[in-house]
Amino acid sequence: MAAEARAPVADARQGMTMVQAVNDALAVALGRDDRVLVFGQDVGVMGGVFRATDGLQARFGEGRVFDTPLAEAGIVGLGIGLALGGMRPVAEVQFAGFLYPALDQVLSHLGRYRHRTRGRFSLPMVVRAPYGGGVHTPEQHADSPEGILAQAPGVKVVVPSSPERAKGLLLAAIDDPDPVFFLEAIKLYRSERQAVPEGHFAFELGRARIVRPGDAVSLFCYGGMVEVCLKAAEVAAREGVELEVVDLETLAPLDEATVLDSVKRTGRAVIVYEAPRSGGFGAEVAARIAEEAIYHLEAPVVRVAGWDAPYPPFTSVEHHYRPDARRVLAAVREVLE
Amino acid sequence: MATVQYISPGGEVAGELPLTTEELVRGYRAAARARFFDERAVTLQRQGRLGVYPPFRGQEAAQVGAALALTERDWLVPSYRETAAALTHGLPLSQVILYWRSHPAGWRFPEGLRLLPFYVPIATQLPHAVGLALAGRYQAEEPWVVLAFIGDGGTSEGDFHEALNFAAVYKAPVVFVVQNNGWAISTPTERQMGNVRIKDRALGYGMAGVRVDGNDLAATWLTAREAVARARAGEGPTLIEALTYRIAPHTTSDDPGRYRDEAEARRHAAEEPLARLRRVLGARGAWDEAREAELERELEAELQAALAEADAAPDAAPAEIVEHVYAELGPDQRRAWEALGGR
Ligand SMILES: Cc1ncc(C[n+]2csc(CCOP(=O)(O)OP(=O)(O)O)c2C)c(N)n1
Repeated sequence: MAAEARAPVADARQGMTMVQAVNDALAVALGRDDRVLVFGQDVGVMGGVFRATDGLQARFGEGRVFDTPLAEAGIVGLGIGLALGGMRPVAEVQFAGFLYPALDQVLSHLGRYRHRTRGRFSLPMVVRAPYGGGVHTPEQHADSPEGILAQAPGVKVVVPSSPERAKGLLLAAIDDPDPVFFLEAIKLYRSERQAVPEGHFAFELGRARIVRPGDAVSLFCYGGMVEVCLKAAEVAAREGVELEVVDLETLAPLDEATVLDSVKRTGRAVIVYEAPRSGGFGAEVAARIAEEAIYHLEAPVVRVAGWDAPYPPFTSVEHHYRPDARRVLAAVREVLE
Repeated sequence: MATVQYISPGGEVAGELPLTTEELVRGYRAAARARFFDERAVTLQRQGRLGVYPPFRGQEAAQVGAALALTERDWLVPSYRETAAALTHGLPLSQVILYWRSHPAGWRFPEGLRLLPFYVPIATQLPHAVGLALAGRYQAEEPWVVLAFIGDGGTSEGDFHEALNFAAVYKAPVVFVVQNNGWAISTPTERQMGNVRIKDRALGYGMAGVRVDGNDLAATWLTAREAVARARAGEGPTLIEALTYRIAPHTTSDDPGRYRDEAEARRHAAEEPLARLRRVLGARGAWDEAREAELERELEAELQAALAEADAAPDAAPAEIVEHVYAELGPDQRRAWEALGGR
């Protein structure tokens, strides 16, 4: 558990880290809607292993912000029941790699409930989970299971890439009528401070964003890979090559129009994600491009991803697993050849 | 039945203690060895010579006592906190160091050592323990016994329930040891479960259940020994609840001051298992300061040798990331292996 003790209380002048922005969004949601409940392992007194819920129990009481027993199937299942009963549950799974005991609830029910009750019941639930590597967490604390979740019909999957986006997207997720998985890159929790608007605001789910325009190659990424792609784009720009960085942000439902529009302009696509390469979410993006924009392509689509192995716990070589700017630039050269 | 205890925190022995002095010395030495390593591990972690480490301070008797009940043909199934049990069952110290350094050489335990890897996803080891126990029935002349560990928090997971139920249904030769150390990170046992007597659950499953003073090595050893004997005789599984206390932080990254009164931890520290054993042995004339100093010298020498061996391990190669995914490199792994400099 790599979390170190640091209170997420933000200083407005210095801006907020992503974990502070998440905390702020939860506080806003708890404050404006009595139906919102925040729960998970160690989220109460301790404020979560990453401090995302720091201070919330003291502020909103043990009825609204509470610890659960150590059982992920129970956490997600309880949330489903609370949602059926009219609440707005916001559950935390301590690490995305510990979501697996709950996959039964996720795959059997969370995404299916509306469909199998023909619209009578919806599950306006959010499940937050820290995901991904790059910070030397212990074994099985660095998984990126977004592809598994994005394949569950009825479940939305959102992966923010900055403090401001995290707050606005989390508030949108909490307001959304359907279940949303909200995956927070551990690497980004404290890597950057950014001015974040106060109070309630929400960004639209289901929209990809061009975070850096360019004409040479489209880089498709999300979450922790956005900063990697921006870095690669900076390096390429020094050589006069303008890469377009597209932050997919919502993986399900995917904003296909923005993806296709970008590829049609650049003619080249590199997809960057840190989950294992084969069968990962990048394959979905590549398939959409192949289906809808193949005649606009000047080069084959290339994926830069985690290697086809479990995320390695081996500290000294761990950094070779997660894509970095160097690997992204190698792929860029490949598609520009 | 009351909590099994032979040696009180003050070192008084109530009634007959069915362990010989030689056995007690052996138990004490194993527990002291574990303690010595644990203390050093925390220091090594601070110096950057070990990665994130989950200390077991105060839980030596629960782990070592139970592990001592096994023979070499029996299996031990640990969670991440069972470094003491693993050492006692034969995991070499240099390997332990490499493991907690997250060096791949530390992750392949020696051939022949009947020890599964440390398990991080809570409770997932327990169904494996049951299967492993049943496998012995098919393959061994005399079934091997499996001793599996879990924490109080882990008993909340579905896998705990499923494993215990399976074990009871099949009368599997498995012994479950729940180390009830009062905490699951920040969650105290009273907020983890409605009935904090974890041992009571054995009744629901239809297996033997025993609650022991987990800080009394005689109690943990003798109770585990009986449970192992029952399992070996085909009389089925046992649930042992070892009452102990997590004196240390959850891991070296944790700050328990955020969620508990550290004065309480200090009070529990007074009930730790080693002092009472020293008293009993001292009263029997089997231990004294000279012997303690001698043991410390031995342990220091062992640690230095193990550190030197661990330091001498060749650097991990990036290509190791994709090795051992399958029996042979698959096509995707081979491409990755080459990209990572494998030769
Ligand atoms: C399935 C799963 N969920 C969550 C975690 C995160 N986690 C690691 S240790 C821990 C608490 C475990 O408490 P307990 O079972 O009492 O054992 P202890 O750590 O006290 O030895 C948690 C929640 C995990 N490792 N696996």
